[in-house]
Amino acid sequence: MDFTLIKERAEKNWKALENLRQPLIQIGMGTCGKAAGADEVYAAAKQTLKQMNLLGRILQVGCIGTCYLEPIMAVRKPGGPFIYYGNLTAKRAEDILLSYLRDGDPKPEWAVCFTGEGPVDGIPRFEDLPMIKPQVRIALRNCGIIDPENIEHYIARGGYSGLMRALQMNPEEVVQEIKDSGLRGRGGAGFPTGMKWEFARKAPGQTKYIICNADEGDPGAFMDRSLLEGDPHSVLEGMLIGAYAIGCNEGYIYIRAEYPLAIKRLETALKQMREYGLLGRNILGSGFGFEIHIKEGAGAFVCGEETALMASIAGGRGMPLSRPPFPANKGLWGNPTNINNVETLGNVSAILAQGAKWFAGFGTEKSKGTKTFALAGKVERTGLIEVPMGIRLKEIIHEIGGGVAKGKKVKAVQTGGPSGGCIPADLFDLPVDYESLTAAGSIMGSGGMVVMDEETCMVDIPRYFLSFTADESCGKCIPCRLGTRQMLDILNDICGGKGTIEDLEILKDVSETVQKGSLCGLGQTAPNPVQTTLRYFHSEYEAHILGKKCEAGVCKPLFHYEIDPETCNGCGVCSKKCSVGAVTGEKKKSHSIEPDRCTKCGACYEACKFHAVHIC
Amino acid sequence: MEQAIYQELPAERMEEIEGLFAEIRKEFKGRADELIPMLQRVQRALGFLPEQALLEIARLTRLSAARVFGTATFYAQFRFQPVGKNIIRVCRGTACHVKGSNRILETIEEHLQVTPGQITPDGLFTIETVACFGSCALAPIMVVNDSVYGSLNRSRALKLLDEIRVREEGLFK
Ligand SMILES: Cc1cc2nc3c(=O)[nH]c(=O)nc-3n(C[C@H](O)[C@H](O)[C@H](O)COP(=O)(O)O)c2cc1C
Ligand code: FES
Repeated sequence: MDFTLIKERAEKNWKALENLRQPLIQIGMGTCGKAAGADEVYAAAKQTLKQMNLLGRILQVGCIGTCYLEPIMAVRKPGGPFIYYGNLTAKRAEDILLSYLRDGDPKPEWAVCFTGEGPVDGIPRFEDLPMIKPQVRIALRNCGIIDPENIEHYIARGGYSGLMRALQMNPEEVVQEIKDSGLRGRGGAGFPTGMKWEFARKAPGQTKYIICNADEGDPGAFMDRSLLEGDPHSVLEGMLIGAYAIGCNEGYIYIRAEYPLAIKRLETALKQMREYGLLGRNILGSGFGFEIHIKEGAGAFVCGEETALMASIAGGRGMPLSRPPFPANKGLWGNPTNINNVETLGNVSAILAQGAKWFAGFGTEKSKGTKTFALAGKVERTGLIEVPMGIRLKEIIHEIGGGVAKGKKVKAVQTGGPSGGCIPADLFDLPVDYESLTAAGSIMGSGGMVVMDEETCMVDIPRYFLSFTADESCGKCIPCRLGTRQMLDILNDICGGKGTIEDLEILKDVSETVQKGSLCGLGQTAPNPVQTTLRYFHSEYEAHILGKKCEAGVCKPLFHYEIDPETCNGCGVCSKKCSVGAVTGEKKKSHSIEPDRCTKCGACYEACKFHAVHIC
Repeated sequence: MEQAIYQELPAERMEEIEGLFAEIRKEFKGRADELIPMLQRVQRALGFLPEQALLEIARLTRLSAARVFGTATFYAQFRFQPVGKNIIRVCRGTACHVKGSNRILETIEEHLQVTPGQITPDGLFTIETVACFGSCALAPIMVVNDSVYGSLNRSRALKLLDEIRVREEGLFK
């Protein structure tokens, strides 16, 4: 089939949807949406339309990024704007639809924002929301807007035109275009993508492979999942473009098994590509042929590392190899192989469609374009965001994220997961680019961004990460296998109140050895959480060791709970919540905690509305 | 006595394994790179990897048993012990950790009197931990069988467990 015809048809169908003469409802049905109850909202919407005898259509869309508002529903009357509602229950969804579609009242007090024709009384525009305003969407351009299971939606919004452009260029020109764009890998290390493609293109060999790394092993990150769930074709198109540029006809997507919905969306997308002639022996008559296979991971963090990933695809234990040889020369089954992250490929398709110059117009001199982040932890507005490189951390945390909960103090932000570090609040002026974050001891990473407040212990955090890396170390090289264990033992001692001040020297020493001596990126970066906290939160280590105090109230042997008799009004909620009967007191009189019985589970602390329970 | 790492499927379930392998022989060619997908296929059907299945896969792929056992034990996804009727998975990712997932895990451990990887004596529950479900914005997260629950606290977690118990006991009556 001819692409012009496909595009015409897709655009016609998209226009028909835009001009739909019936109500159109969009419901975010990504994993986050479902976790918050989107399935019930969907059922309620369907039922309510039926009850009103309205024809209306319901579209399942991906994540729009405001995850803290899930479940989210957008409602459009024919010719009107989309009005978004958040934090829905089935009942609330029903009330909204009845009120708006039947009685004409959009219920501004329940609405979050609107898109399209406005203004709407009492409802802000989507782009004006404080969370959205600083954002620029390139990789996430379609997420939450199109039906990810409908290839025509993607095509109608400009999809696959980048591939069409690429197929009319020489492969060398495509490589040059990516080089000119300044795109750097979004999987963590930030290696220039064009250069990497050139290595693979120039490597001698008949059979070459391209792999999309969708392992997303960093706990606390979900950018790649959201992109694959919300707009799988943008990534697949990027893969095709990469394959054409490198000169290969077979590709793999290595995706973690914990992402069943993303896997399903990819399978659907591949089927549709085949139907539309975008996959197979002769893609759209260009003579270029390409096949994609999906490989499910099996739960090993180290398999995100390139050589381990390839060992896993080949059916073995995911153990990294030393390099050289680099995968570009000797990768999957010994053949030249190029590996790119999901988001990198999502950017590639946009660059080919809009041009290198356009892309390079965003970001800073050395870090071009945008970066997505999974904003989570102790911020008010959690979600999936995409910001221009060079934005300051404080803009992300305070403006986009809305800061931490009222009355709490923000302490740090963690970027880069187990390979990254904790950046303290007084450095939030730092611009987000590869070099600045590295200089601060952390890394850009793949996009996990976890905000921490005063109730997060900065000795417990490196301990948490080390227990992860020690567990995930493949065991092949000694510095990583024993070093992570050693660091974990020391941190366990410190958190358990058995640390000595000499431990800090040893900790520093071991962390340097592991960093320098490990075979792969897992070990080389595993000390980062330890080193950054030693650097920025030394006083917390000292408080644990010398003062035997964990002020955050996390390390159990180093704090206890007390009830302030002045504040306690004897409501009794705490004693009801206590499962071991440690809280006693008469009704309406101030209560107290028996230290010998208390297990420090924190139930009373969380339950007290009057903040009478204190961490001491 | 220490529990053995690997377990055999009980004799009365042997037919199940034979039927499963009849399908597997059709679906796979027996190449080495199919090893992990085969293990995943078996676990999806049986809930865990019994010793007989691991040996059968070694035969099918012509890989050594050591290679098959070595690969299977490398990956966190694979289990070598039977599981309960309901699998409760608590996220221990960073966002969930910061939001107190360890307290939820402790509460569940105490309530069911088992630790991660173990099965309750009545066979109703297995609890497990997972590195991250990718729903960090709604931390803390818990997954019951295939349903994901977000923004949990201790009492909601316990309520979910109790609801399952009530449902299951209703079925038995
Ligand atoms: C231990 C470890 C885990 C990694 N995990 C991932 C991952 O989950 N996803 C990813 O894209 N890259 C991951 N990487 C980085 C990849 O090895 C590789 O650099 C990246 O996929 C290259 O793609 P890019 O150039 O497009 O960024 C990991 C690296 C290491 C050392
Ligand atoms: S940290 Fe729990 S879902 Fe990601």
